Amino acid sequence: MMIFYALLLFMIIAAIIAVETSNLLSSVICVGAVGFGASLMFLFLRAPDIAITQIVVEVLGLIILIRATISRDLTSISGDREFFGVVVSVAIIAVIFIAGIRVLGDLPGFGGPIFALVSGAASQTYIAQGLELTGAANLVSGVILDFRAYDTLGEAAVLFTCIIGATAILRRKSKKLVGGSDE
Amino acid sequence: MNGMTIIVKTVAGWVKILIFLFGVYIVLFGHLTPGGGFAGGVILASSYVLLMLAFGRQYAERNLPLPMASKLDCAGALLFALIAVFGLIIGGSFFVNFLYQHYLPGEAFHLVSAGSIPLSNIAIGLKVGASLFLVILSLSIWGKDTGSDTPVEKGEGT
Amino acid sequence: MLYGLCFLLFTIGLYCVVVKKNMVKIVLGIMIMEYAVNLFLIMLGYRLGGVAPIVDQPQLEPGTQQLTAGFLSRCVDPLPQALVLTAIVISLGSLALMISICVRIYGKYHTFDITEIRRLRG
Repeated sequence: MMIFYALLLFMIIAAIIAVETSNLLSSVICVGAVGFGASLMFLFLRAPDIAITQIVVEVLGLIILIRATISRDLTSISGDREFFGVVVSVAIIAVIFIAGIRVLGDLPGFGGPIFALVSGAASQTYIAQGLELTGAANLVSGVILDFRAYDTLGEAAVLFTCIIGATAILRRKSKKLVGGSDE
Repeated sequence: MNGMTIIVKTVAGWVKILIFLFGVYIVLFGHLTPGGGFAGGVILASSYVLLMLAFGRQYAERNLPLPMASKLDCAGALLFALIAVFGLIIGGSFFVNFLYQHYLPGEAFHLVSAGSIPLSNIAIGLKVGASLFLVILSLSIWGKDTGSDTPVEKGEGT
Repeated sequence: MLYGLCFLLFTIGLYCVVVKKNMVKIVLGIMIMEYAVNLFLIMLGYRLGGVAPIVDQPQLEPGTQQLTAGFLSRCVDPLPQALVLTAIVISLGSLALMISICVRIYGKYHTFDITEIRRLRG
């Protein structure tokens, strides 16, 4: 249990540094540290699929972010927005935080998952009969691609749309435009 | 975009094929060990990104050009949808694991098992890998283009 | 207490999105929020002293295909792991989309500052 507290504390400190520093490259590296801490947490929470996915997605995300920020001459933008707006926003976020903490007290405690307490939960069927109904030894793969394959279809559609959107935004200027700003 | 020094190019030439092989292993054994289509697809994309960072953008674009990556992406998505439709035709409902229930149960813990789950893993791995390489290549082409007036003459070795 | 720390991470990301002026900082705040949410979902499914939901030969009763009672009582929840797996890859796609928007806006206005962009009418 101590390892969870230590890793979460590491992630929170890295996130605070990422938010407050004015150098953009340091913020990107600190967000990389947050993702790395998350991957270690996933490993200790007994989720090896998620840990592998998180670490490789983290690396590619860092490459995308650094390509966008490092090759432009940046003047560091100082200061926040106007003072009154900042105070109101921080007050609202503090209210959300306190309300959330009170709600989170109603969840079952850490280590006693919901599916172990409720008798007819879906996860009990997935664990008990996953091997004979799907034939997959990795129960998470059986859940993604056999029991819950619609979610995977939805994910494929969302990823496809994101990539098409990004490619369409980054298209070069059309050669048919004569002068003018952009299309 | 230029590549990197000769040491990086030599090592990258050896390592990229190992990364590709590891990605194929993670995709193919997704139903037995941790991993699956998504993690394996991202690893496949990152082997091509290593190629792009170490050798320069033109070399990577000759290796896997932009229209070809786009077509691979669409082929992966189409293959995934075709597996689902075959489930409808043969098994009776959409996405049913038709290979496991009717034709080829296989033995547990072996590579040929779990029916159409390895096929779905291959389709997803292809799709995710091609998509992510496509978007990183597009980002790199845009940065080099005259679309932005700021010339990108510094920090090119990233 | 652990849930509270995870929620604190989420509110740090939320503060970054709401207060900061730099566009790339806003994107970093969104990424921190996504990490916090994925972590919270996986923490919901954890069981103390649990094992990963992967079946191997020792977990089966000898001779049959049934799972041992020890495995059934110690396995962690596979359902949140399946949902978070797709969420992580979608977050990479949405990061690519956000960064392409930022790069394109920089090409037109030559600044990452959102208050400047709001004033210039192109």
